Amino acid sequence: MIELESISKKFESQVVLDNINATFDNGKSNLIIGLSGAGKTVLLKCIVGLLTPDEGKVLYDGRNMITLNKKERLLLRREMGMLFQSAALFDSMSVLENVMFPLDMFSDKNRDERIERARFCLERVNMLEAQYKSPSELSGGMQKRAAIARAIALEPRYLFCDEPNSGLDPQTSLIIDELIHDITREYNITTIVNTHDMNSVMGIGDHIIFLADGKKSWEGTKDEILHTDNDRLNEFLFSSDLLKKVKKTEKQ
Amino acid sequence: MPTSAQTANCNRHDTNDKIMIIVDSIATFGKYLMLMKRVFARPDRGRMFFKQYIREASQLGISSIPIVLLISFFIGAVICIQMKLNVESAWMPKFVTGYATREIMLLEFSSSIMCLILSGKVGSNITSEIGAMRVTQQIDALEIMGVNSANYLIFPKIVALVSTIPILVIFSIAAGVMGAYGISIFTGIMTPADLTYGLQYEFSQWYIWCSIIKSFFFAFIITSVASFYGYTVEGGSIEVGKASTDAVVSCSVLILFADIILTQLLMQ
Repeated sequence: MIELESISKKFESQVVLDNINATFDNGKSNLIIGLSGAGKTVLLKCIVGLLTPDEGKVLYDGRNMITLNKKERLLLRREMGMLFQSAALFDSMSVLENVMFPLDMFSDKNRDERIERARFCLERVNMLEAQYKSPSELSGGMQKRAAIARAIALEPRYLFCDEPNSGLDPQTSLIIDELIHDITREYNITTIVNTHDMNSVMGIGDHIIFLADGKKSWEGTKDEILHTDNDRLNEFLFSSDLLKKVKKTEKQ
Repeated sequence: MPTSAQTANCNRHDTNDKIMIIVDSIATFGKYLMLMKRVFARPDRGRMFFKQYIREASQLGISSIPIVLLISFFIGAVICIQMKLNVESAWMPKFVTGYATREIMLLEFSSSIMCLILSGKVGSNITSEIGAMRVTQQIDALEIMGVNSANYLIFPKIVALVSTIPILVIFSIAAGVMGAYGISIFTGIMTPADLTYGLQYEFSQWYIWCSIIKSFFFAFIITSVASFYGYTVEGGSIEVGKASTDAVVSCSVLILFADIILTQLLMQ
């Protein structure tokens, strides 16, 4: 479980996050949604420790990320997996080597066991056939799947996904969403997904937080989101004509 | 005509600009030192460090051998021709050409000028590689995994180039001498015997050591400064390109300054 207590962050005079409180349970896909510039990425960076909040606490099962010493923070980071917007696979390595990398760095398993674990993770995301390819030979969706395999290689307790569907077609987005959701349930990990993709919201949103102007504007589930009275959230959700029609039909 | 108030205002702006440049330079140097503190830490995994070291030694050092040989061979030949054409006179002994060629290659070209050339090849390679990793979030990925990214990426590069640079220096000296020898044979501007006598005349082994010692410092400058520019880049591909150019310029200037200091210290 990850808890955020009064997280605030500003860059010079611009307030980007203002007093964010939230709890992300394990075994659930927790989504952070909002318009571009709402503060989603900054919040995620504060959670994973790439940025330090000006105020507040980030508690990983009671451990405050911000006050941990360097060694404790490194140990905590080894419990995290992250899927970046650009997949962030290492160009100089093959897909298999990418997935083996965290194992090579931190696992005490022998080489055969490390290869076996990496292949298991690739199999889990249906990428075993591409194990010897380099990242540049993969499509966007395949890169994301390989990055998920790398993220779960060390059996993390916390999984973070920064806009996992960015640049993908709707069908591939669906596959990635399902994969994230299934892995979250299978390994009972705490997953936080940063997205503005409505398909993700409706597909895997066990717990959703809506950010607007750096503040938490709404919190609920995918079932509750369709019936919200929050004007800004409605504006965000039903910005396309298609979704407006869907909502209209649903009301009728 | 500007008024005295305008002139005073202009001077104040100039002074402020100068102060800002100094403050920025000190801040940049501070950031560089902080990065180096992270770089010179114990590697997370010895086997991964060794793997990276082999890769970097091959990419930065061994792959530079052909260009070093090529440039040194031709420069050695050209120095020999220039010496023959410009220094030759009735008052000069015939071995002067070989002697001067050796001294130039040994004392300056094979260490300082070769490292200036390498700062262009190796320095820009390092900055663009690390810079691209920064802008595509690969460095963030390392950090999230709990890897000391500065140590993992930069330390093997520094150790690799510092440990392979003596090979490049020796190869450069040898290629330069061979270039001079080759030109004396093929053009007949002087006899190989005169050249050989000059090359051997009052030879001091210390000069080779000076060259190697200087190259250690230059190799450190090239790898650490180029890595710093790549590691701290912000933005996209245009910024990576700009950082590469800045890195090469900074490396060249620092090598020239270091050359003056090291030459003064080693040759006294």
